[in-house]
Amino acid sequence: MKIGVLALQGAFAEHLSSLSRLGVTGVELRQRADITPDLDGLVLPGGESTVMGKLLRELDMFAPLKTMIQGGMPVFSTCAGLILLAARADNQEKTYFEVMDITVRRNAYGRQLGSFSTQAEFAGIGVIPMIFIRAPYISAVGPQAQILAVVDGHIVAARQDAMLCTAFHPELSSDLRVHDYFLRTVAGRAAGNAA
Amino acid sequence: MSDRYELNKNLAQMLKGGVIMDVSSPEQAKIAEAAGACAVMALERIPADIRAAGGVSRMSDPTMIRGIQKAVSIPVMAKVRIGHIAEAQILQAIEIDYIDESEVLSPADDTYHIDKTCFDVPFVCGAKDLGEALRRISEGASMIRTKGEPGTGDVIQAVRHMRLIMSEMRRLQSMRDDELYQAAKEHRCDYDLVKYVHDNGKLPVVNFAAGGIATPADAALMMLLGAEGVFVGSGIFKSGNPAKRAAAIVKAVTNYRDPKMLAELSEDLGEAMVGINEQEIALLMAERGK
Repeated sequence: MKIGVLALQGAFAEHLSSLSRLGVTGVELRQRADITPDLDGLVLPGGESTVMGKLLRELDMFAPLKTMIQGGMPVFSTCAGLILLAARADNQEKTYFEVMDITVRRNAYGRQLGSFSTQAEFAGIGVIPMIFIRAPYISAVGPQAQILAVVDGHIVAARQDAMLCTAFHPELSSDLRVHDYFLRTVAGRAAGNAA
Repeated sequence: MSDRYELNKNLAQMLKGGVIMDVSSPEQAKIAEAAGACAVMALERIPADIRAAGGVSRMSDPTMIRGIQKAVSIPVMAKVRIGHIAEAQILQAIEIDYIDESEVLSPADDTYHIDKTCFDVPFVCGAKDLGEALRRISEGASMIRTKGEPGTGDVIQAVRHMRLIMSEMRRLQSMRDDELYQAAKEHRCDYDLVKYVHDNGKLPVVNFAAGGIATPADAALMMLLGAEGVFVGSGIFKSGNPAKRAAAIVKAVTNYRDPKMLAELSEDLGEAMVGINEQEIALLMAERGK
């Protein structure tokens, strides 16, 4: 199994480390040449969505990645990555891949003083640690997406087919269950393709 | 370690692989954000102008900082004088995302740094060597940067500081456990932090390069030497084409290992800041606050 981790800016090394602890090879995607057909899944990490969105376009990575995601490539996105997937944003004009039927609110908890950590239920996994850093939340989900976690009345994780997104950062905790959940989706799709 | 300290270290992790740019107006902040800055440092005068103007330089006017907070969606940082507890409290009151306790401003205290463990907002501090970095971390800094020599456009000191920090870490890694107690004395810092570096081969917080970075090649050089991201101060808005240079430096940090791309990024950037060689400067800001 080979997972491509978008490595333009942000906490991509933390995702590579989480994947490696689960015995999976992650590769850094820094430019178009790094996007190879043998990838089984994608990770869009936390960082600044404005930076990643701009570099995706200017390094000609936007179209090939969007095609892969629309083709059913499993993708796991955290924080800024979630913003990249969302179809709609309710407090800014910019949207990016627009592939997930969700509306995102950027910097929804305010500045760094609003960053926090908590524990909450994640559907199908149980109670997990959740670390929110200048995080967004999902203000609404459309009929195609499914809510996976809610904190203080706000949606913080969702899924739509093979796309998974969290407003918090599983890669910053030692709990690997969300990454494992994602890898099971990747394995499921690989098995489906083989059959 | 408090939960808040962990969250503050985590924010620095989100900035990695990015460029933090000095800006002195909301207009400049917007240019920086559009060029791909992962955060901006709000200050009234960029270091090159502080150097030229002389006199005492202090924390910026909160109105000016608020204007920048309103103008951009990315994190906003601002500087306080070394040891100036009250300036730091003011910046915390306006909900700054990161405080830089910085040698660029005139120091308020020549003995003590701020006890950063008393604050909820995060701090980044400069360091010339590993001991300095670990002392700042003991005091509660959740991010470190090289001091370099701000406002010069001369990268030599940032290189010297980054190389020294990295080589001192490699030396600690190779030591026997019983040698670490003496190493802690030599570095004048906590044994626990020395042990952390020995075991992990890196600082317990994110480490950026700063001070004198003026070109995409300078930024790539600092990444090759082990920086996890870069601060660019005077280099951008003292150059001929700030927007283009800023965007080129952002891409150079992401693709620092691709010389062909660096060549393209270095083309037609217009004039770089003129700069001052280290032998020509009277004031070494890096010698402030050790």
